[in-house]
Amino acid sequence: MSRLKLVVIGNGMAGMRALEELLKLAPERYDVTVFGAEPYGNYNRIMLSPVLAGEKTVEEIMINDLDWYRDNNITLHAGSEHEVVEIDRVKRDVVTRDGLRVPYDRLLLATGSDPLIIPFPGVDLDGVITFRDIADVDRMLAATRELKHAVVIGGGLLGLEAANGLFKQGMQVSVVQNVPILMNRQLDEPSAVLLRKSLEERGIRFYMPVNTKEIVGNDEGRVSAIRFEDGEEVPADIIVMAVGIKPNIRLAKASGLQCERGILVNDTMQTFDPRIYAVGECVQHRNEIFGLVAPLFEQAKVCANHLAEYGISRYAGSVTSTKLKVSGIDLFSAGDFIGDEDTEEIVFQDPHRGVYKKVVLKNNIIQGAVMYGDTLDGSWYFQLMKDQTDVSDIREKLLFGQAHLGDSGHDGASAVANLPDTAEICGCNGVCKGTIVNAITEQKLFTLEDVRGATKASASCGSCTALVEQLLATTMGGEYTPTSGEKSICKCTDYNHETVRRSIRDAQLKSFRAVSQYLEFREPDGCHVCRPAINYYLLSQWPGEYQDDAQSRFVNERMHANIQKDNTYSVIPRIWGGVTTPAELRAIAEAAEKYEVPTVKITGGQRIDLLGIRKENLPKIWKDLSDAGFVSGHAYGKALRTVKTCVGSEWCRFGTQDSTGLGIKLEKMTWGSWTPAKVKIAVSGCPRNCAEATIKDFGVVAVDSGWELYVAGNGGMKVRVSEFLTKVETEDEVMEYAGAFMQLYREEGRHNERTAPWIERVGLHYIKEQIVDDDKNRTELCERFLLSQQYAQVDPWAERANQQQTPAEFVPVKQLA
Amino acid sequence: MSNWIEVASLHDVPLAGARVVESSVGDIAIFRTHGDEVFALLDKCPHKGGALSQGIVHGRRVTCPLHNYVIGLDDGEAQGHDSGCTQTFPVKVENGMVLLSLA
Repeated sequence: MSRLKLVVIGNGMAGMRALEELLKLAPERYDVTVFGAEPYGNYNRIMLSPVLAGEKTVEEIMINDLDWYRDNNITLHAGSEHEVVEIDRVKRDVVTRDGLRVPYDRLLLATGSDPLIIPFPGVDLDGVITFRDIADVDRMLAATRELKHAVVIGGGLLGLEAANGLFKQGMQVSVVQNVPILMNRQLDEPSAVLLRKSLEERGIRFYMPVNTKEIVGNDEGRVSAIRFEDGEEVPADIIVMAVGIKPNIRLAKASGLQCERGILVNDTMQTFDPRIYAVGECVQHRNEIFGLVAPLFEQAKVCANHLAEYGISRYAGSVTSTKLKVSGIDLFSAGDFIGDEDTEEIVFQDPHRGVYKKVVLKNNIIQGAVMYGDTLDGSWYFQLMKDQTDVSDIREKLLFGQAHLGDSGHDGASAVANLPDTAEICGCNGVCKGTIVNAITEQKLFTLEDVRGATKASASCGSCTALVEQLLATTMGGEYTPTSGEKSICKCTDYNHETVRRSIRDAQLKSFRAVSQYLEFREPDGCHVCRPAINYYLLSQWPGEYQDDAQSRFVNERMHANIQKDNTYSVIPRIWGGVTTPAELRAIAEAAEKYEVPTVKITGGQRIDLLGIRKENLPKIWKDLSDAGFVSGHAYGKALRTVKTCVGSEWCRFGTQDSTGLGIKLEKMTWGSWTPAKVKIAVSGCPRNCAEATIKDFGVVAVDSGWELYVAGNGGMKVRVSEFLTKVETEDEVMEYAGAFMQLYREEGRHNERTAPWIERVGLHYIKEQIVDDDKNRTELCERFLLSQQYAQVDPWAERANQQQTPAEFVPVKQLA
Repeated sequence: MSNWIEVASLHDVPLAGARVVESSVGDIAIFRTHGDEVFALLDKCPHKGGALSQGIVHGRRVTCPLHNYVIGLDDGEAQGHDSGCTQTFPVKVENGMVLLSLA
């Protein structure tokens, strides 16, 4: 296929992000020409504030230097003389000011925005500047060296960052605006008051609300003061106009492309001329215009996907959150934080500590949040908001933060900023904080995926993900916004777990290939992330019909044993409810001796682990164990692991119910089932809870009058205590609830998501609706579980041990001398 | 001159899977991709020695079962930001038989 010509107008963050994404997907598809107004490579515009404040240099905020363009064979025309002045949509070429004509097959407009200028009298005086690009910053920095008084018009995000920067460079700074609330797009009144107080304490002055009458100049045509309607004057050597931005649509408009406030684009980022795409601050999408970086990146990704001719992703708008890049000030806001007559708000205020938090709810779903002083939980509220999680059950603790919920993955996020560089963040891959921070700053990483790729941190078990995200946030300051789009399963597709699952069900997809074709995966074969996930979804959707694909299973589930660091395996037979017999113990002992098992270990789940078994011996030891009556303990799988019990009323002087008996029944019902992630159950015979049932996925605690049921606990690196689900009277009820809970999790949990994060995502309230309040639904869920168990309760060990010949996967295909 | 040794029938190796040949230079993993291409690598991940034969095969790559290193089947190179390389061996299919060369 011959290469097409792609012309990009605009060398800013949105345009170049789209190019980067495109180069990843289809590096050979286009000959690319880029036009940029500024005489540089591509830099991180949102980091101009730290440059102004002297915290970073221009070099440090470059994303792509000129070498990058050369290395990727991109022709760059940078500088105002090369400005594109005309698009000839009939001939399909663009014309520059200096007369160059460049033809295109596809055109990408990323012309960004212009600062708004209010036409006060005197606005043309020398010393009135805007805050948009490197040249503006240079002008401001020059002023700070010689001049004293700065006035910033506009108390929004950009205005305050400018004010802070100029102040830090030693100027006397006043902020002027005509509304009473600072950052009124992001803050409500109480938080804005705290912000103002804190900035005033630093020494910045505020005049608000005031109406500006004019900008006063001196004899040399230079600004000297600003004068308000009431006659008051504030001296000014420079005036920074930071009242907002407007999309730069001049060129698009002149070319006859449909524009309103911005260039109109559809969900694939195409303008009304389908050969012409547009992304970034110049566009208007579904009546929204954009000024933050996260939506720009999402648009860039969608646009690149289409330019690469994959044509599968759509931009459906973004939910954004904001932070202010003023060091020492913690501020977070997202969504609708003002509310209306249909919403309610929960507010936490501690003026002495300078802390304010407000969450706006509608029908117990978060609509927005604004926080000042303590923003640790901002990203958590943001996630709950995006997931539309029903928070009724956590309302009372909501504003105290995720740490107060016994959460599943927020470990120590607050402390991460204070850790030394040598502190290990990713325990799996041995990556320490310094390595991650360096990679973020030196390689200009923006996303969790970038960090995973560059450092391996959070790329294995994922339990340090929250820490890495926190590091991204603290290293990049306000620039980091967690992706607001739904997370896709993996890099092979942009679709998320739910979409894939729905497609499997609705389009009756019954193999991985069918799924990858139907959803147009980038890799028809998938990868080690999506293959096991989809294999599970197929298995849970079509029990008895879908043939489990061994090659899509992680080695442990394929070999029915746990691989160890030396490529040997460990074998754990099932010991029902943790109850065994001398005969069983003797059989295990004999097998261990016969196969010279180097280590025999009692596990935490009341079983016995035989470690260090060579692959070819697995079927043999299984045969011996199977003959003694054992089945696989599934200690290797995303499956039911153990049902831990205490001795209960049979022996214990405190026991109120037969916990071992019930535990064995539960294990007999649930063993063999495949689940999104591992599942552990426990049954305690009295509230002393010796079986530790309240840190299990499903826990049962006996009381005199029946059984208390708990869900969503786990041990592990961050202990999470389970939540009370309900209380029932009989063992039969416990069994039905357990079956229903297992099935709801199997049908709705995401692959690799344990019950704790699943329930934090959907809300305990939802689980209660499904299996406590709705008797019919509970019965049906349990019935579906038992149906799938008919096909699942086949002992994989016996299956393999009792074949005439050792199954091929355990032995070499050939032994050469 | 390559010294081809018949090690298996193509059908002995599962689609998108692998089998092991024991040899004097160590275990060699014979991979068969979904597209019926065959590759041979030393069965040892350059990272921590994981048995690549036990990994998930996707496209012309295999993911090591120990720490998710992704190794290219054709060149033995670690993909992405990881580095390291495992030895490759010439391998071909003739008349439905897999031939390996240790030369």
